[in-house]
Order: sequence, then C-alpha cells, then structure tokens
Amino acid sequence: MFHRFIVPVLVCLMLGCGKSSTSKKSDNPSVHPQILNLGNGAEPEGLDPHVVTGVPEHNVLVALIEGLVGEDPKDLHPVPGVAERWENSEDGLVWTFHLRSNARWSTGDTVTAQDFVLSYKRMLSPKLASQYAYMLHVVKNAKEFNAGKIKDFSRVGFEAVDEHTLKITLAGPTPYFLSLLNHYSWFPVHIPTVKKYGPVDSPNNPWTRPGNFVGNGPFVLDKWEVNDVIVVKKSPTYWDKAKVSLKEINFKPISSAEVEERAFRSGQIHVSNTIPLNKIDVYRKKNPQDLRLDPYLGVYFYRLNVTEPPLDNKKVRQALGLAIDRESLVRNVLRGADKPTTFFTPPDTGGYTYNGGPKISFDPDRASRLLAEAGYPQGKGFPKLKLLYNTSEAHQRIAEAIQQMWQNNLKVQIELTNEEWKVYLNTQQKMEYQVSRAGWIGDYNDPNTFLDMWLTGGGNNYTGFANEKFDQLIASASQESDSQKRFSLFGKAEEILLDEMPIIPIYHYTSKYLASPKVKGWHPTILNHHPYKHVSIKPGD
Amino acid sequence: MWKLIFFRLLKAIPVLLVIATITFFMLRLTPGGPFDREKPIKDPEIKKQLEAHYGLDKPLSAQYLEFLGKLMVGDLGPSFKHSNRTVNEVIVKAFPVSAELGLWSLLVALGLGLTAGMIASIRPNSFLDYTPMTLAMVGICVPTFVMGPILILVFSLKLEWFNASGWDQWADRVLPALTLGGVYAAYVARLTRGGMLEVMSQDYIRTARAKGASEARVLLKHGLRGGLMPVVAFLGPAVAGLISGSFVVETIFQIPGLGRHFVEAAFNRDYTMVMGTVLFFAALIILLNLLVDIIQVWLNPRLRGT
Repeated sequence: MFHRFIVPVLVCLMLGCGKSSTSKKSDNPSVHPQILNLGNGAEPEGLDPHVVTGVPEHNVLVALIEGLVGEDPKDLHPVPGVAERWENSEDGLVWTFHLRSNARWSTGDTVTAQDFVLSYKRMLSPKLASQYAYMLHVVKNAKEFNAGKIKDFSRVGFEAVDEHTLKITLAGPTPYFLSLLNHYSWFPVHIPTVKKYGPVDSPNNPWTRPGNFVGNGPFVLDKWEVNDVIVVKKSPTYWDKAKVSLKEINFKPISSAEVEERAFRSGQIHVSNTIPLNKIDVYRKKNPQDLRLDPYLGVYFYRLNVTEPPLDNKKVRQALGLAIDRESLVRNVLRGADKPTTFFTPPDTGGYTYNGGPKISFDPDRASRLLAEAGYPQGKGFPKLKLLYNTSEAHQRIAEAIQQMWQNNLKVQIELTNEEWKVYLNTQQKMEYQVSRAGWIGDYNDPNTFLDMWLTGGGNNYTGFANEKFDQLIASASQESDSQKRFSLFGKAEEILLDEMPIIPIYHYTSKYLASPKVKGWHPTILNHHPYKHVSIKPGD
Repeated sequence: MWKLIFFRLLKAIPVLLVIATITFFMLRLTPGGPFDREKPIKDPEIKKQLEAHYGLDKPLSAQYLEFLGKLMVGDLGPSFKHSNRTVNEVIVKAFPVSAELGLWSLLVALGLGLTAGMIASIRPNSFLDYTPMTLAMVGICVPTFVMGPILILVFSLKLEWFNASGWDQWADRVLPALTLGGVYAAYVARLTRGGMLEVMSQDYIRTARAKGASEARVLLKHGLRGGLMPVVAFLGPAVAGLISGSFVVETIFQIPGLGRHFVEAAFNRDYTMVMGTVLFFAALIILLNLLVDIIQVWLNPRLRGT
C-alpha cells in the first residue's frame, strides 16, 4: 500500500520531474484579477502602528492606514496623503499641514487634526512604551514627554489649530522630517476605537482585530488568521478610492524562503518576500522576468570591539578591512545579488552618496604592511581572533570566506563562533565579542539613520568607538538645513568612521524577491515600499 | 479501572508542576530576552516601562509565584511577541489545526502501516514480505523535510493536483498527511509484522484454526488483536507527536498549527507562549499515555487486575 504513492514519486524522480524547476506557472483558479497575493515573510507581531516594530507589519499597515504624507510609487518622495499641502517656516522649525476635508476613517468619521494630536500623545505616552517612539523625538519636548519628565502634553510641539490644520513644532531643523512621516510610528489611529476595546496606552489592546480595526487607508482589514493569511479589502470610505485598482490583498506570512518560492512557482503568490540564494542563478537563466534585485537601504558589516587588544589598534582594524576581497565574496558566495561596497552609508540615501577620501578597497599588500607596522609582521604573534555571527547558513558562508581571506592575506588565525539569534544579540550588546557580524536597515531615507548610531555611547554603537570630532560633525549636521552643506558634514563624519574603522562595511543590500510580470506599478524602491494604491494586476491574465 | 485513572491524573499534577518550574527557570536563564532585537530599544526608559508592563522588572521569585497563581486559574497571559493575543487564544485557535493534521496523518499511518504489516506477515520472507518492508525502511529513513518537498514537486508543481502550500481546502490536507503519516506508517508496518508473526505462532491461534475458523477470521479477529499490542504501545507517544503538530511539516506546507508557535516562541523568547505550549503539550502527552494504558488493558486480558 505504501508503494502506491512512493512508486509514482520514484518514477517521476527518475523521469526528471524535479528538474522542471521554474518553468511552470499555473493559473490558479483562486487568483482572481485585482486580488494581489503577497508573500510577507513572518507573521506580523500585531497591527497597532504604535506598538509593532517590523517590516511585515509595515507592509500590512500601509494598506490600512494613511499618514499625513504618502509616497511616490517610483522614488518615494513625499506626496500628499491626509494632508493635501503643507508649509515649513523659514527657520525650518514649524510645519503646518492642511488636512483634506474628505479624508475619512473606515467608520465614516472625518480624519481631523485632533486625531493626529491624540495619536501622537498615545505614541509618546510612557506607559505604552512604544519602541519606535524615538521617531517622534525630533518634535519639541517629545523626548521629555516620552521619558515622563513633562506631564503636560500641550507643551509638546503638536497643535490642532482647527479641524483641518495641524501644526508641528520641531526641536531643531530636521531636513528629512517629511520622509519620517512615512514611518508607521507617525500614523494616526482612531482613538475612540482604541478606547472602546481597552486602555488607550496598553500594548495588549485588541482593537486591531478584524471587526474592531478602524483605519483611514485605501484598504480595510477583513480577515486575520495567525500564520495563515491577512486579508484586506478595498475601502469604500477612502478619499482617493477612484485610484485604487486592487480589490483585495492577501498577505501570507511564509517564513521559509524555500516554501515561499514553491508557492510563487505554483502561482499562489504574485510577489515573494525573498528568494533562496541558490535559486537566484536558476531564475537568472530560466525566468529572468520574475527575478527582482532592487537596491535596498541596508548595509552588511562587521563590528570590531575597539576596547580590547589587538583591535584597539587602528592599524590592525584597517588591515582587516583592506584584506577582504568584497567583489569575489559577493560574486561567489552571494551569487552576485548584493553590491560590494567600500563605504558604509548605502549610495543615494536621501540623495547622499559618500565620495570622500579613504575607501576600503581590496589591497592585501597594504593590509599586511599595516599589520606589520602594528607589530605583527606576517601575522606573527597575532592572537587568534574570534568571529561571531548568528546561526544561519548565509552568514556562515560569508564568515568562512572572510576567515579564509584573512588567513591567506594576513596569515592570522580566525575562529568562527555562531550563536542563536537572541544569544548573539546579547553577546553583541554586552560587547563580549571581538569581531561580530551585523546588519543595519535605515529607519528612514536619510544618511542620519546610518551615521548617528556611531555617536559616543550611542544606543546601537556596541563597538566602543568614541570620537569627539565625529560627534561634533553629526551634531552640526543635525542643525544644518542646507542639504549640500549637511551632506558634506556627513561625508566628513563618514570619512572619520572609515579611517578609524570600528566597523568593516562588506556589502550593501538588495531586495531579492520574485514578482510576477502581471503585477503592474511594483517599482524598485530603495526602502522596498510599494504604495498599493498604484499597484494593479494586468487585466486578461 | 476508575481508580487507575484517578491516581494517574493525581500523579500528573506534580509532574506538570516540575515541568513548569524547570521550563520557567531555564527560559529565564537563557541569554537574550523577548525585547532584544537587531535594532534594540534606544531609550532605557522605554525598555524599563516595557519590562514593567510585563512584570519583568520584579524579582524572579515574584514572577514565578505570579505565574503559578495565574496558571491555577488557567490564565497563561498575553503573548510577548504577538502583543494583542493571549496565549490561551493562540492555543485554542492553532491546536485544532495541528490535531486535524495529526488525525489525518494517523489515518494514513494506520491505513498504510497495518495493511502493509499484515500483508508482510502472511508469507514471511517472500516477495510479499520484502516489498512492503523495504518501502517501510525507505519511509523511516527519508525525513519529512525531504519527503514534503518531493511530494510538492511532483503533485503540486508537476501534476498540479494540489496546492503547494496552505490549509484552506479539503485537498490541502492530502500532501501534509502523507508526509507526516508516511513516517509513522513505516514504523506501524514493521511493528505490525513483528507482532503478527509472534502471535500467529501461539497456541490459541492453532486452536482457532482447529475449531474451523476461516483464515480471515483467524487473522483479523484472533491474530490482529494480539498482534496489535506493540503498535498500540507505540501509538501513545506517536499520537501525541502527531497531533501536537510537527514544526517541519507545518512549515513546509504553511499550516497554521501549534507546532510552529511552539518552536517560534522559543526563538522569540516569548516567555508566556513557551510556558503555555510546553505545559499544554505535557498535559496532552500525559493524557494520551493514560489512554494508551487503558486500551492496552482492554486488548490484553493478562494486564487486567494489575
């Protein structure tokens, strides 16, 4: 009996059924026109924009809620959202947003300036302990209110001038302010609804369940089955509903890249969240039209613990940085999918690209000279270095390649250690490592999100790097409103960072995923955002 | 019999308590917490507030007592990761899915396994024996994470009979049940064959034959009842394993079952969810083992009265 199914399997294997890897694409009857099926990585932690922290959450939330501004589908520049226009005062400190009068919640209520003020009060309330509250700290007194030092919210820089006018006063000029507003921490919530289902400042409030959820976005929440699917349907109350082509979006939390790839191949999803590394070449050859490799606002790098020998010596750090052949690493290990880099901030982050002096190119001769100058000629007397990464096949392969490069080019011994994700985070935060694999995704499209983390004692520094001049440059950049001058300050700061090298940049990320050519309006964007109101499915398919 | 059940249930209480205690403290001793992430909380104030909200700022002993207190009234608390759901809700929602998959798999395991085992035992060491037993060996050796993708490649991507993933329609049950049940079917087949061969050589089988019972009756009525003993003993832990959900099979087929929550909770350091799922599974296994003992007594008269 057993053989009834195993025999066909074996026969099929012999006939090579398994080799048909990417050719089939059935028209699944469950895939109706204008119903978009998306692979969404992990199951969202929740759908409360003031509580959640991740990317899968973002992908769903932007369908359900609209902020003051929206994003252009091609280059993500801020376009009118709930606010139809806005002004900035001459000193750059006061922003006035004029809300459109036809913006509606899914209950039919008008979206008012007061809704935004109350939402921000909730976001900043110490009791809610929102992990992204710092995104609002650019606003006057927001940080103090968030820390509980100020109790009176009217002293925070949010003011509803009238029903449709919102005034925001900043703590200092923030040239990237508008691009912050696209982050869900800045999204409004319908406070009466939140209050209806529990305390307004409780992270466990169930107001986000289907049936309870009230949003103001182009879609409304229809169904939410944990680990199965989140379904959103076109909203009848959205002010710009005429522009929305999709009738429905299904977000499928498929956490395994292999499982997701098979779902894509069988036509169950239109766009995947990622793609297994070893499938990239297969798609390049057989189905290049499905493969998407879009530059992404993230960087893969190694942290160096500069507080302990031998890495407290700048020359040793530079030697390590110069001894990595990033081109070869990306080509051979990463199948050419990511961009090898010689600097830290991804190119064209909010218009900024590093073009300063010392870039960290591959220079094994100089590397071994530097190591000799540091007192370790030919690696002699150099203690064995520990390289830490979180357990994952991809990180391991990269670490092995770099281990070999360092051993060959510098004659130093490297020991690889891997730790389970949370253990690794803990080790890194306590700085009980020597070299540690790391990655950073920008919170918003501005170089500040990549550079301010290296401030002395910065919350995400974890290298022991402290440089007064660097700190000053970042501080002056945050007060500068002229973007060219600002970028040149960032450039000088990044130059110091690359010269001191508490970190070794390795490559800049690309978003690697699969997308059916049927899906229109899905443009490559640096944050991998795809405003759904501009997305449609080609009719006829 | 009732006494047996009563005492076994009574004994389960300290067992569960020990499991709860060990899990609780092991979990807290593991490095990394529920709110550690790549982008850690920038503000120490915020982290303090968050820990205060979930009671993590109290001494460990106080947390433990509070946990036990809530456990007594069946409140497992909110999930740390999925902040707007309680652990109770998640279990209530996900367990039936795992259980359904488990029951289908059990059907596959028993259907294929018993049949193959019986066929093999009729003519030992013949072609009829070797074929199913070889296949059973293959079934034992091929792990689910190989079998699942192979079945998908053939039946979903090539033949297009089934969906590659999901848990929406009746047909979505077929491939996962074959994958999960296949492994157990292989064990059941081997155990059935062994049990049957032993029983068929017993005196009471000869007696049955001598009294003129038909061969089918001898095999199914007299033989199977005794021959099933090893299978039943195996089924206790097997059923527990089947219905508690397989992380691998649930992941491969994108099934929203409890097995995934169980494993992911540990990775997320979702303290409440880990405690909830561990205790739930522990209780389930205790119950199923008790059930197996009862069935064994019913099947084997020699065990009665002990």
